[in-house]
Amino acid sequence: MNAATPSDAIVEVRGLHTRFGPAVVHEDVSFSVRRGEIFALVGASGCGKSTLLREAIALQPPAAGSIRVFGREVVGLGDEEALPLRRRWGVMFERGALFSALTVTENVGMVLHEHTPLDARLIEEIAALKIALSGLPADAGPKYPNELSGGMRKRAALARAMALDPELLFLDEPTAGLDPLSADGIDVLVRNLRDALGLTILMSTHDLDLLWRTADRVAVLGEGRILGIGAMSELASSNHPLIREYFHGPRGRAAREQAWKQK
Amino acid sequence: MTETIAHQDSDDAADLRPGPSPSEASCEGAWVLRAITQLERRLAVQSFPGGGELVIDAAAVTAMDTSGAWLLHRTIRALEARGRAVRVQGLRPEFDALLRLVVARMPAARAPAAAAPGVLERIGRKAWESVLGGIGLLAFVGECAVALARALAQPRRFRWRPILYNVQTAGFEALPITGTLSFLLGIVIAYQGAEQLRLVGANIYIVDLVGLSMVRELSPLITAIIVAGRSGSAYTAQIGTMKVTEEIDALRTVGVAPMDQLVLPKLLALVVALPLLTVYTDAMGIFGGMIMARAQLDVSFPTFLDRLDEAVSLKSYLIGVGKAPVFAAIIALVGCYRGFQVTGSAESVGRQTTVSVVQSIFLVILIDALFSIAFSWLDL
Repeated sequence: MNAATPSDAIVEVRGLHTRFGPAVVHEDVSFSVRRGEIFALVGASGCGKSTLLREAIALQPPAAGSIRVFGREVVGLGDEEALPLRRRWGVMFERGALFSALTVTENVGMVLHEHTPLDARLIEEIAALKIALSGLPADAGPKYPNELSGGMRKRAALARAMALDPELLFLDEPTAGLDPLSADGIDVLVRNLRDALGLTILMSTHDLDLLWRTADRVAVLGEGRILGIGAMSELASSNHPLIREYFHGPRGRAAREQAWKQK
Repeated sequence: MTETIAHQDSDDAADLRPGPSPSEASCEGAWVLRAITQLERRLAVQSFPGGGELVIDAAAVTAMDTSGAWLLHRTIRALEARGRAVRVQGLRPEFDALLRLVVARMPAARAPAAAAPGVLERIGRKAWESVLGGIGLLAFVGECAVALARALAQPRRFRWRPILYNVQTAGFEALPITGTLSFLLGIVIAYQGAEQLRLVGANIYIVDLVGLSMVRELSPLITAIIVAGRSGSAYTAQIGTMKVTEEIDALRTVGVAPMDQLVLPKLLALVVALPLLTVYTDAMGIFGGMIMARAQLDVSFPTFLDRLDEAVSLKSYLIGVGKAPVFAAIIALVGCYRGFQVTGSAESVGRQTTVSVVQSIFLVILIDALFSIAFSWLDL
């Protein structure tokens, strides 16, 4: 991985401030995500990871600062102006946010219908491929989201996020609420996607296993700032008390040992 | 990994065409999603004559995404089905990896979709659904009755706060809208009646017309219809959303019966609130008629009120108000029942809310008609 040159940064966050009323969520947060890398945001619950993702995908404006995605300023974009950008990225929400009135195939196909001139048969075939790529069995296609388990719903959400072959994926808590086996599946999937499709991935997560196994670089959010940024091995040797607490709790140690064993 | 793999902004037309010899073909351009439609059309008319081995030279492919890889794979499969042994060479390693991923994950040919049901089958299904819905509603009424009986046996099971809250939202907060509409209805009836009564010089009978029609029929009916639209729909949407978010299950697991917590308070509150609302709309409707009577027929307020005493008997008044609790029970029961019928999706909440309002208004008018027949039998 080369050092980031400006053109290399897919997502660039500079001097981000976010407030909810009197509560300060982000205070001068800056980082950049390079092309082809898996970048993870971590931090305690309520530290503003999901908020940061929502700001990056132009769903919610920050109080101040700049977020550039593919070199374009996202802050202050309306839905109409954000559309060309949104077609180039895919988003997977924490709770899936699948359209409950549509089947899984229709959920994926709907995005293709909206943005491509493909005919219905082609769309169905491509949707079936995306569903298969996300690791769902073929018989999941005609099912409705409420007939799926939590893990399957996440995969279906991932299939929808990948519908337009995006260059950039935003994943909000991709493994939250999954059993260890399903979570392992997501680990592998995320890595495969990056390796095979050359995707850039920006995710927020609590899952230390996922971090050790997939993330190229990790930013630790806390106290409204970035407490540390770097590869997991670098962060693990950080002296910052909050980072130490985060990575060296009993779970952190177990995840690290697990990751070593696998390597 | 600093170069773009899947998304070059090149607009090289993607193509796959036969090469100089029957055992060769060349593949080029950007095999990406936005080129897929044209590409597929071109491939459909492209033929690769001959048999035996076919080597596809793919060195000139400049971009590929999953959709492109899938199309290439599908084309190769189709060729193989015709007895050609296909080999792809020269494909860039990253595209090759992508192609292999697609091959590995490619779903087997999907089963043909079930045939759409015929007209008869659809009618049958709909009819059966209605029957089940009717049976379900009856069962629900029974459950409610049991819960109510239990609550009467142990009065501390009543949840007073939600009852009072529901009286406020379904009753008190409905005063402006029901009052206004009833007032306007009184005006309309008096106005229409005035034209006719003036012709025969029976001006004073405007009091009978407005008084009886409002008190006995229109005021209970319009109030019930408004409340069905206002509160019945709210009941369905609330309970339905709670069902989607598993709050109903959560209530059960903490040992609170949804019937006690959600249904009985609404039922009791509406049974209290709707008759009170009806009394109020009676007054507003007659007031509207009074204003119109004075303006159009010169019937003064005191004359109107004097006549009202004779025109509307206590019996008629009680019949009108007495229908209100029945309507209230229908609205609350249908509203809550439809809420519990919601399954999973947001769309289902919408559908059940629609059904709830339509069904409760239908039942209210139906029961009102039955009341009329019964009262005429009983000579009331």
